[in-house]
Amino acid sequence: MLAYLLRRVGYALPIMLGVSFLCFMLVHIAPGDPLVAILPADASADLQQQMMKLYGFDRSLPEQFIHWLWRALHGDLGTSIATSRPVAQEVFKAVGNTFMLAAMATLIGFFLGSLFGFVAGYFRNSWADRTASFISVIGVSVPHYWLGMVLVIVFSSQLMWLPATGAGPDGSGAWKWDLAHIQYMVLPAITMSFIPMGIVARTVRALVADILSQEFVIGLRARGLGELGVFKHVVKNCAPTALAVMGLQLGYLLGGSILIETVFAWPGTGFLLNQAIFQRDLPLLQGTILVLALFFVALNLVVDVLQTVFDPRIERA
Amino acid sequence: MSAVLNPPILTKPVQRSRSHGANVLRRLVRNPVAMTAAAVIALLVLVAILAPWIMPADPFATSMFKRLRPIGTPGFPLGTDELGRDMLSRLMLGGRLSLFMGIAPVLMAFVIGGGIGILAGYAGGRVNTVVMRCIDVLYAFPSVLLAIALSGALGAGITNALISLTVVFVPQIARIAESVTTQVRRSDYVDAARASGAPAFTIVRRHVLGNVVGPIFVYSTSLISVSMILASGLSFLGLGVKPPQPEWGLMLNTLRTAIYSQPWIAALPGALIFVTSVSFNMLADGLRSAMEVKS
Repeated sequence: MLAYLLRRVGYALPIMLGVSFLCFMLVHIAPGDPLVAILPADASADLQQQMMKLYGFDRSLPEQFIHWLWRALHGDLGTSIATSRPVAQEVFKAVGNTFMLAAMATLIGFFLGSLFGFVAGYFRNSWADRTASFISVIGVSVPHYWLGMVLVIVFSSQLMWLPATGAGPDGSGAWKWDLAHIQYMVLPAITMSFIPMGIVARTVRALVADILSQEFVIGLRARGLGELGVFKHVVKNCAPTALAVMGLQLGYLLGGSILIETVFAWPGTGFLLNQAIFQRDLPLLQGTILVLALFFVALNLVVDVLQTVFDPRIERA
Repeated sequence: MSAVLNPPILTKPVQRSRSHGANVLRRLVRNPVAMTAAAVIALLVLVAILAPWIMPADPFATSMFKRLRPIGTPGFPLGTDELGRDMLSRLMLGGRLSLFMGIAPVLMAFVIGGGIGILAGYAGGRVNTVVMRCIDVLYAFPSVLLAIALSGALGAGITNALISLTVVFVPQIARIAESVTTQVRRSDYVDAARASGAPAFTIVRRHVLGNVVGPIFVYSTSLISVSMILASGLSFLGLGVKPPQPEWGLMLNTLRTAIYSQPWIAALPGALIFVTSVSFNMLADGLRSAMEVKS
């Protein structure tokens, strides 16, 4: 177990280094002088000199990378061009909102997806299976930013049941767990939950169908175990894989929430990225991407390790 | 004597078994869902190609007096957009860029990613490790995030969006290609070919390619649906196609201001992205079961 853990971490570290390098290169693949890319257009010559020195653009690329990585490891992700505030501060303020939304969406998606998946897997080729499969196809192929717009049209603009945009009645990004705030989360969370729902439903359907066709299920039934008892065994056998899929989906949602956050003006990382794109704020873009991507790698690692802990049958090569 | 040399059974013409490709096609044609999806895609592609000749109006002609006319207005069957342009014509012409930007990155990634994966899989050893670790780094990003990171840094524009999307799909296809090729390389018939002295190039061309292109192709087709959504998503964020060029994702973005006055017009471009994406998904599913490739 310990050997596996070490090997798995040992595999993740170079990936993290590579991911960091790619994020570092974002400023360099941008057209034009990287200095121009990270400075406001009206920067003074003094500031230019200062930034040149700070970023070390006069030095070689590997040297610059090590320098940049060293500062990033100390929590310094540079300064936002648009707001002149430290990027790290902006990202950590926003990342909580994104995480909350993504976690909520993952839970809803996991619950509904498991439900559809179990029904479809249990009653294969029935109308219930076809309906569930159809819903899961829609879940993975609907453009979620459009789904969000449609939900806003139906529930905000036509029925006027729920607020359309923002994360609270006062317009600040601060979140509270009360009814007034939760109302704002309903539509974006449901929109976002369609993606994990479709994928979880597909996975669970395949898992259930596979488990039900195994000999131990016939054995259980032959020994007179009731349908509920068999169901418990099926759930137990599905759980590790389904939970792993759920964990990874959380990561995908965190990284992919930008489009949904744009539709709902949700004050999270997606909103930051949108701002960074519009104002060509490359340090902000770079910092946000770096945090989200590293989080995704770390989440992958945790999911893999947990899966081995919960399901010791999995022999890792 | 001659009856022994020519037994009657051999004098009959031997029925040739159908080729693998013909079998796949036959199974695909018998799948009603896949055929419906294929018909929808064919219709969309046809309309997009013929758009300049069949458009009812000029998709670029703006009119301040005819802004956001409802669906069914005489002369504007699908209404007008926020600048008074004919929606039907814009949706028809917009299909060109939307379909192109959804399909082209997958095609490019199929060639590049497939090539990288096959080479890494066939070479094995250290080459494989180095190449696949680099691919893993790209694979470590959620696709939406990588697409936005690259096009955000490169700047808006069709070319940059195409590059970003291709980079997103290369690692996914390369991984599949590598694992399929590694399997084939270890098979007995490749060993036999090598033992009989066939040069590496011949083995790759005759034995490996023939067996790996199918699964890689099927996997790639399943990515078109994702690519359509991502490409339109980039335009939706202002990173892909630039106005006034019509493209479904961009139209969806500019029409967001109209969701309170003309909600159903605002939702139209997205509905087309949805229909296209679902159709590609179902066609890919049909193709997969027709080729009996496990998901």
